[in-house]
Amino acid sequence: MSPPFSWIRPEPWGIHIVPADAWVDPSRPVARALVTHGHADHARGGHGATIATPATLAIMELRYQTREGALPVEYGESVEIGGNVTATYLPAGHVLGSAQILLEHAGERVVITGDYKRAPDPTCEPFQVTPCDIFITEATFGLPLFTHPPIGEEIGKLLEARRENPDSCILVGAYALGKAQRVIAELRAAGHHDTIWLHGAMEAMCRLYETHGVPLGDLRLVSDATKDQMRGGIVMAPPSALGDRWSRRLPDPVTAMASGWMRVRQRARQRGVELPLVISDHADWGELTRTIAEVNPQETWITHGREEALLRWCELSQRRARALALVGYEDEDD
Amino acid sequence: MEEFAALLDALVYTTSRNRKLALIAAYLREAPDPDRGWALAALTDGLDFPAVKSNTIRTLMMERVDPVLWALSRDFVGDTAETASLLWPEPDDAAPQPDLSLTEVVERLSALTRASAPRELPGLLDRMDANGRYALIKLATGGMRVGVSARLAKTAFALAFEVPVEAVEEYWHALAPPYAELFQWAAHGGAEPDLAHAPRFRPFMLAHPLEDGVVDLKDYAAEWKWDGIRVQLVRAGGETRVYSRSGDDISATFPELLDVLPMDAVLDGELLVRGSAQGGEAGGAASFNALQQRLGRKTVSKAMLRDYPAFVRLYDVLLLEGHDWREAPWKSRRATLERLMPRLPASHFDLSSLVDAEDFAALAAIRDTARDEAIEGLMLKHRESPYVAGRKVALWYKWKRDPLLIDCVLMYAQRGSGKRSSFYSDYTFGCWDGDPDAGAELLPVGKAYSGFTDEELKKLDRFVRQNTLNKFGPVREVERKLVFEVAFDSVHASKRHKSGLAMRFPRIHRIRWDKPAHEADRIAALKALIKD
Repeated sequence: MSPPFSWIRPEPWGIHIVPADAWVDPSRPVARALVTHGHADHARGGHGATIATPATLAIMELRYQTREGALPVEYGESVEIGGNVTATYLPAGHVLGSAQILLEHAGERVVITGDYKRAPDPTCEPFQVTPCDIFITEATFGLPLFTHPPIGEEIGKLLEARRENPDSCILVGAYALGKAQRVIAELRAAGHHDTIWLHGAMEAMCRLYETHGVPLGDLRLVSDATKDQMRGGIVMAPPSALGDRWSRRLPDPVTAMASGWMRVRQRARQRGVELPLVISDHADWGELTRTIAEVNPQETWITHGREEALLRWCELSQRRARALALVGYEDEDD
Repeated sequence: MEEFAALLDALVYTTSRNRKLALIAAYLREAPDPDRGWALAALTDGLDFPAVKSNTIRTLMMERVDPVLWALSRDFVGDTAETASLLWPEPDDAAPQPDLSLTEVVERLSALTRASAPRELPGLLDRMDANGRYALIKLATGGMRVGVSARLAKTAFALAFEVPVEAVEEYWHALAPPYAELFQWAAHGGAEPDLAHAPRFRPFMLAHPLEDGVVDLKDYAAEWKWDGIRVQLVRAGGETRVYSRSGDDISATFPELLDVLPMDAVLDGELLVRGSAQGGEAGGAASFNALQQRLGRKTVSKAMLRDYPAFVRLYDVLLLEGHDWREAPWKSRRATLERLMPRLPASHFDLSSLVDAEDFAALAAIRDTARDEAIEGLMLKHRESPYVAGRKVALWYKWKRDPLLIDCVLMYAQRGSGKRSSFYSDYTFGCWDGDPDAGAELLPVGKAYSGFTDEELKKLDRFVRQNTLNKFGPVREVERKLVFEVAFDSVHASKRHKSGLAMRFPRIHRIRWDKPAHEADRIAALKALIKD
């Protein structure tokens, strides 16, 4: 008999499920990929077969213009992926369609979280704590200084800035997949029903969210508006557009950014952000450590982010842990 | 305190100078006395609470947070105050306490001793949120880093109360925080502060760089630009003070200058230490390297005074025995200064001599030959120029000599702090200790963190991340393949460095993406440039 957990092997470009010869979130094309969610650093194109939730597959189709090899799995559904390995997709609470993947083989249970958060999000299913032997977690915000405040406070700041600047617009930089729709949905929940103006790169993803049952209200394109129409309004754009020439068409914008990194002043300064909004779709330090404690695995593996600090926390709380050196997962904008 | 914390926060996120001015002016108009005076002092680093150091804060944190987690967090944030404000464990029974006024906070901080600070600070930190803690720690340890220069704060003050900024600048330095007389005058329509007998600072006249221009020597006098520190020596009411270029009172650092001025006067000159690095002239000055031994000290030992005696090489006279010469043309002030010299003790004063040349081309030739350690270049002063505060076009020019250049190889990069906290922006580079094709090694010769654009910084950061050999905390060792053309002012022998060399003011002149590392310079080439 092979040693425990030898069937799951972290490689620099993804996690290899050896008996099934399948990969989780591989960063290079493979014959069979299990994809946790639709962000480009996890969901790359060019695989032979892609096993993911229907929403993630829809997002990938939008990105890569192909459904070839798409194998949908619903939340809670288990599939045999070969080599006596079963994969179960469970909600991760990160973005629409995001999943943790529970792998079972020879009586051993491994959970790969992908990216996740515990805070409520009207645009996706909440994270589900799943007991396992090995818990493979992200650590994007794995430093004790990261505390994401309740989103209501940050939305409140945004609405206040809007009231204070009736002749300008508030330009909010937000990831086009997930963050933007969450901010819009939270604005709607806070009673803001005016038109929200979109950068062209966000439109298709917002429509996709709506067809998946997430209503976003009146959205229109910046390119169809005059400066005067946008005064006093909120404009959403991908972070890369903030300092871009594109923003010159806006009426004297106040630059905001919705990101967990905004917790650190100098990070906001570096990007020229005037209104930092600490909104993240990742678990903060409290959520990361609480989740490890709740899942209570035999061993914790840390995929990407600030793994050193989370390793240290595991050491201090006498939990076995190791950092995996995976390449290609970057989340500078989240 | 909440208003002050909010002001700091708003300043951090505001890049526009005009918006910063508006924010500070609005605060100054609305905040009560003496809060606003303390705020002004805090913004311009005019407050000092010796009982609280960055280390005090670190020690407090070590008692509350795991040291490894602290170090990783501090490294990520790049700023102790901010890291502590974010990591401070908030008390569970957070019954909200009334906000302290800035004045109350200043009073409590002033009352702290080294012994009491670790006991008292936690109580203050416990009653604030993260923003308040940040403001408190910044206030206590100094160095606000919100992009507000003293000049900007004075301009904002002038804007808030519609008074001339020159007047603000003059009074400011004569008064102590919280500047009650300043606010009495500007905000409450009181009398101008009576400062006739105070040894106060007058704003310096500064020079523009002479880029590629040519001036007519009939209109401009040339003078060496000495490589010391520019000072203003002021005697009034029987007391002498030494001010630095920024208006800081550095009298305590140079006690030998405090009883040598025999009359009331305000004099402008270069502070230097005696030495022989400078050839030719008797009673010469040592290199800046020697002067550096004296800078930044609060107390000065006898040995320091003996080994590095300071003197002032005079450039100009602003006031003399009750007469204000600032409106007078430079040529009259220069004549006054020359007449004054015999009355000043030669032990502590000499006159910065003028440089005569036939024409501009001849002057350029003279400048090129001056590789003297104590000379940075030439000053060109319009003969009719009054002494005016700040940098006024076409009155004074500085014409620095060209820097020395050498090709070095990038060896280590360190993450910057502040605005550059996520960028590898501090570079250590080396030269070959022999023939690189015959197995020679690189020895570090210097460190630079300027001379490149933001775009180049991004590219360098990427290079560092993609070519890392080793990580040591915030430092990365990189593959030895990128050549920097480094500009520097001079190079000295140094025991502190393995290469035996120390460069003065090295900065990146060009990034030689194209040049192979083995073509970089050797240590011997750099050694040949040592003058002292």
